[in-house]
Order: sequence, then structure tokens, then C-alpha cells
Amino acid sequence: VIEVIVMLDGMAAFAAVDPVPWARAQMAFTLMFHIILVPLGVSWAFLTLIANYGAVKHGDRDALLLAQRWSKYMAVTFAVGAVTGTVLSFEFGLLWPRFMGQWGEAFGVPFAFEGLFFFTEAIFVAIYIFGWRRLRPWAHFWTGVPIVLAGILGSVSVVAANAWMNAPSGFTQNGDGTVVAVDPLQVIFNDAMPLMAAHMVVAAYLVGGFLVASVYAAAMLRGRTDRYHRLGFIIAFSVAAVATPIQMGVGDSLARWVYNNQPVKFAAIELVPTTSSDVPETILGQLNEDGTVSGGIPIPGLASWLSDPSTGRSTVVQGLDTVPADERPTVRQVNIVHLAWDAMVGLGTLLFLLSVWYGASWIFRRRMLASRWFLRAAAASGVLAVIAMEAGWIVAEVGRQPWIVYGIMKVEDAVTGNTGVWISFVAVIVLYLVLGVTTILVLRGMSRRFRRAGGFTEHDAPYAPSALPEATSPTREEAVR
Amino acid sequence: VITAVAVVLLLAVVAYAVFGGADFGAGFWDLTAGGPERGARPRAVIEHSIGPVWEANHVWLIFIFVVLWTSFSEAYASITLTLFVPLMIAALGIVLRGASFAFRKAVVTTRHRRIFGAAFAVSSVLVPYCMGAIVGGIASGRVPAGGQAGDPVGSWINPTSVVGGVLAVAAVAYLSAVYLVWDARRLDETEMAEYFRRRAVASAIVVAVIAAAGAFVLRADAAYLFDGLTSRALPVAILSGACGAGALLLLVRGAARGARALAVVAVGAAVVSWGVAQAPYILPESLTFAAAAAPSGTLTAVLAAVVLAVVIVVPGFVLLYVLDQRGLLPEEGVDDVADRVLNRRAG
Repeated sequence: VIEVIVMLDGMAAFAAVDPVPWARAQMAFTLMFHIILVPLGVSWAFLTLIANYGAVKHGDRDALLLAQRWSKYMAVTFAVGAVTGTVLSFEFGLLWPRFMGQWGEAFGVPFAFEGLFFFTEAIFVAIYIFGWRRLRPWAHFWTGVPIVLAGILGSVSVVAANAWMNAPSGFTQNGDGTVVAVDPLQVIFNDAMPLMAAHMVVAAYLVGGFLVASVYAAAMLRGRTDRYHRLGFIIAFSVAAVATPIQMGVGDSLARWVYNNQPVKFAAIELVPTTSSDVPETILGQLNEDGTVSGGIPIPGLASWLSDPSTGRSTVVQGLDTVPADERPTVRQVNIVHLAWDAMVGLGTLLFLLSVWYGASWIFRRRMLASRWFLRAAAASGVLAVIAMEAGWIVAEVGRQPWIVYGIMKVEDAVTGNTGVWISFVAVIVLYLVLGVTTILVLRGMSRRFRRAGGFTEHDAPYAPSALPEATSPTREEAVR
Repeated sequence: VITAVAVVLLLAVVAYAVFGGADFGAGFWDLTAGGPERGARPRAVIEHSIGPVWEANHVWLIFIFVVLWTSFSEAYASITLTLFVPLMIAALGIVLRGASFAFRKAVVTTRHRRIFGAAFAVSSVLVPYCMGAIVGGIASGRVPAGGQAGDPVGSWINPTSVVGGVLAVAAVAYLSAVYLVWDARRLDETEMAEYFRRRAVASAIVVAVIAAAGAFVLRADAAYLFDGLTSRALPVAILSGACGAGALLLLVRGAARGARALAVVAVGAAVVSWGVAQAPYILPESLTFAAAAAPSGTLTAVLAAVVLAVVIVVPGFVLLYVLDQRGLLPEEGVDDVADRVLNRRAG
């Protein structure tokens, strides 16, 4: 009994710890989990419609099979994305009540529209997935189009809210800080919104394309090089290969926007302790507590040149020390931001080269690359693209620290007073890990079942209630083989 | 404008209770359907019934939150600050429920289906209980305004919250059973229709008993709410009771369709009576709707979103329901389009 009391006491002491890091960790974890599902929700429907179009227009049986199976997988990832997204709407209040209490009336506005688009998306996902059997082919195809549009507009709305945190505008405060007037259009169309939204939507197509393509690349490496697998690969990889160069352009513009509007975040990205010109682009390396930069490979003047090519290497980049220490990211955060930046740009460049390789083969040789090295790279591209996206998210969010509303409200002033956040954090971690593993297992199980069935079956629908209830247990069946 | 947004909020709660609630209730019947063999047939009806629509129904909850945090952000902050625990449990329950329902349909072996099925069913009961307890905490004035947290435990473990939670579970189960009678009949499952009809009658009686007992609890524990229910909200409360009684009568006589409409009105009116009873407070006796309201720009934007929703979402929603009711969204098999496309090509 005494041991239990001591243990509880220890836990109580543990629980009395500052909620800020726990709340931040929980928000980060759930967002980073959810953001993996976002590209699938936004772009997979587009890939499916490409296949669906080919199927209905040209009577292509492989394309039809792809479209139908993709829509079944999509049902699962959409469901997981829907519930993890719902959790986020709880967490805004549960973790950041003071932020929502003061800023909900401005920050919250884009979500009113996001809800609208998500609703539309959910409705048409249901119609599309269940409509295969009875709707007429073209009518069915058109029920998929709203999914694509709503997916894009929905992610634009969410990013608008995030952009508002980086470039807050469209409100008037009175003396004690209460928001007394809101201009909803200015809130939604804040300065950061167009580029950030474009960056995310293109990322969704890029990541979704590479993720789906990587599955088919892996299958081809295992010898499944029939037309069905090639077609699945070509549709997905082509979309990603188109999105990649666009993303480099959008990303470049966004980086310049950050240079102009969030100089401290930019200084963290480029590892610039003090204001100077001719700033090198340091690859890897780190900022030390004493404000010096060590390690890494500096490319002389490149950061200055990229910030404003018109003034070249003489472009001045503002340093971290231009603002007080409590108004800029900590040294550790700076290093995280910089590393994440390197990861995003580095992986983005690799994916770009991969896309060029693929495109060149189409243009010059009129056929798809089938070399094993290309397929290996393509099989890795999905995971790499996800890492690049997560890294980009880290750059945006950690680079914003210590602000939750840039330059106006700090994260520590926004957090909940509940000291038990660590408990919910642990619960969330456990639940989400189970959820993540199960999602992958379920998708793999579906794929295996599809493959065994060979073609269309009565039982390959994820929503089919009667999916082999007599359970000729696959494990046993496989053991027999 | 404030009143309009408050009405929208209340209607969203009604929609969540009526549409989303029925999904939760289906989970309750799934839970109590018995072993894999005995429960197979009712479970098939349940899955058929909520399959195509459950994801759309989730959105009502998100919509409630969005209206709260944009238009009445102080109330949202106070609620989340005080009722942290039940909200977190509800959030995790929703994840568990939604994911396991989707997974259950995607796996084949009985063992896996039972695991996911159990997670789905248990969380289907847990979530409405938490929601009811949250409503109880708010309605009994246990959520203080002004950024300080109320009692983190007593705010949701108290007489009114227990009544709210139990009533919520019973009400969604009742609603769902009434729907399922009709659904089973459409599937020509006469036996199942009778099965759910018996349960609908039983749960209707249970709801009535809880509601009657709850009245005494409210009188002792939530005076403001009780006063409101017996004055301002009395007509709505009577409407709710009358519809409930009418639905029961029709159920006993086997008129499923009429019973369905009356049951919806009964539950909807119950929610409305709660809202009317605690008016003009969003947090009884500490924060009024007017005091919590956002600047007019925000309220206008929310109403604009609602109007857009009526223009865009409602037709889609109607389309979904109509297609579903006409049986154009069957769940089994996917080969018909394939055959038709290929036949047309061949021909």
C-alpha cells in the first residue's frame, strides 16, 4: 500500500509538471499523424478519377479495377483521417483554451468553411464508394468530382487558419486585448495564406502520388509487372512528377515570403545568428548556445542570393539576435528548424531528380522506366515524400515559436491549466500507434485479398457486411500453400 | 444576429443527436446482440443501415465545435477547460469507434471482426454517455465563465451529469432501434423488424422512466434548468413527451414509418427544450449568449457559411439519403459497373 502511495505521489509530482511541453507534444503528434492522411484524402480521389475516366471512356478493365480498389482503400484512409481530424477539433479547446477563448472568433472563421467542404467531401465519398454497383458509369464518375474539389478547398481553409497564426490580420483589439471587430475575409485571405495554401495543396498531390506509386513500384520489384501494376504506377507517379517541379517554385516563393515577413523564422531556417550580408547556405551544421554556428557545409553567399536574387550576395539577412531571446525560438528549436529545412529541401530535390529521370524517359524513349534502380528509388519515394512533408510542417510550426499568434500571443499564454495533459498524451500515443499499425495491416490485408481474388469479387468491398463471414481463415489458407 | 447563431448552434446539436445519435445507438444494439452466431443477423442489418452515412454524420459534431469556438469562444474555452476529462474520453472514443467500424468491414476473419466489433460497440456507448454527462455539467451550471476551470471531476460526475449520460445512451438506443425497424423492413427481414420493434418499445419505456426520474434530480441539482423546463420550455417539453408517447403507440401497432418521424421529433424537441430552458445563458447563470458572442463580422461569416451549407451541403445530403433509401448504394459487390462498361464496349 505504501508503495502505491509513493508511486501515486511520484505521479502527482510528475503531473504537476508544466503542461506546455505536454500540450505541445500532443498537438504535434496528433497533427503529424493526421497530416499523413491528408494527402491521401485530398489527392487519391483525383488519381482514382483518372483511372475511372480511362475505364469508362476506353473500357479499360485494368483501369476499372484500379479505380474500384483505390476507392475501397480510400474509404479506410478517409475514415481514419476523419476521426483523427475530429480529435484535432477537440484539442484546439482542450489544449489551447486561452488561445481559442481570445482568438477563436478570428482564427476559427476559416474552419466554418472547412466544415462545409469536409461535409461535402464526406457525402460524396460515401456516394462514390457505394455507388459502383447501381449508378450509371458516367453519373458515378461525376459523383467523384466534388470529392476532389472539396478536398482542395477544405485543405485551403485549414491552411488559411494556420497561415493566420503566422500572419494575423483582420481584427481590431481594444485596450485590454479583447477582439472587438473581425473582418472575416481579411482573416481568411491573410498575407501568408495564398502561398502556404498552394504549398500544402501541391504537397498533397506530390505526397499522395509518390505514396501510391511506391506501392506499385514495390510490387513491380517483386515481379508483378503486369499491365495493371504498371498502370497504377504510371497514374500515381505521373501526378507526383508534375507536382514536384511546381512545388519547388511555390516553396521558393514561400521561403522569400518568410524572408520578408517572418525574418526571425527565416534566420532560424538559414542559421543566421547575427544580421549580415553574404550569408552562406549552411547544409547541416548547428547553432551553439554561445551564438556561433559550427559544423556543416557552408555554400558561400547562397542564402543571401536566394533571398533576393536581384541584390545577389549582398542581400542582408536579419539575424536571430535582433529580437530578445524570449521572442525567438530557443537554440534547440533553431537547430530543429534548420535540420527539418535541410531534410525538406534535400528530399524535395531528390524527388525532383527522380521525376526528371522519369519524365526524360517518357520524352526521349517513349516508354516507362523499368530499371531496377529506378523502381527501387520509386519504391522509397512515398516514405521520403512523407518525411519531406513532415519536415516542412516542422519548419513552419517550430519556426513560429514562441508565438501561437505571431508577434501577439505566446504559446505559454495559450495553454490549458490542466496539469493532467501528460495522461491524455500517453493515451493518445498508445491509441494512435495501434491505429497506425492497424490501418497499415488492414490495407495490406485488403490488398492481399484483392490479389487472391484475381479480379472482381462479391467480397472485396471494405464495407461489405458479408466479407466471407464463414472465415476461411487466410492464415490457414496461406499455410496450406 | 446573436439569436440566429444561437439557433443554428441548437439546430446543429439537434442534428447531431438525431443523425449521429442513431449511429451511436446502433452501436449499442451491436453490443447487446449476443455472440457471433446469434448476433449475426441484427449486426448485418445494423451495418447495412449505418454503412453509407456514418461519416457524414460525424461532421455535425465538428460543426458544433466550430460554431462554438468562432461565435461563443469564451464558452468554448470554459467548457474545454473544465470538462477536459469527459471531452478527451469522447475524442478518443470517437477515434476508436470510427476506425474500428471501418476496419471491421475491411477484415475477414471472425476473430478480427470480433475485436474491431467490440471496440466499435463499446465506444459507441461510451461516447454518448460522455456527451450526456458534458451536457449535464453545462446545464447544471458547473462550468464557470471567465477563463478559470471549474471542478475537474465534480463537473461531470454529479447527479445531473449521470442523468444526462444515461438518458443520452438510452435515447440514442431508442432512436436507433426505431430506425432499424424501418430498415429491416426495407430489407424484407420481417423477423429482424420484429426483433428491433420489441427493443424500440422497451427502450422507449426506459427513456420515459429515466426522464421522469431525471426530473426529480434536476429539481434538486439543476434549479435553473428545472425552472426553465417547467416554464419557458414547457411547451417544447410537452411536445417531446407527446411525440414519444405517440411513437410508442405506433410502435406497438407496428407502424414503423410514422413512429420514426415521431421519435425524431421527440428526441429533437427534448434537445430544444434543454436549449430553451437554459436561455439566455450558454453557461447557466454565469455567461449569457450575448456576453459570449463574437464581434458581428465573425457571426456574419458563420451565418454565411450556414447559408452556403444549405445551398451546397443540403442537396448533397439529400442525394445521399435518397440514393441510400432507394437502394442505389448497395454495399456488396462492385462488379456491375465493370460488366456494364465492358458489355457496352463489346456491343
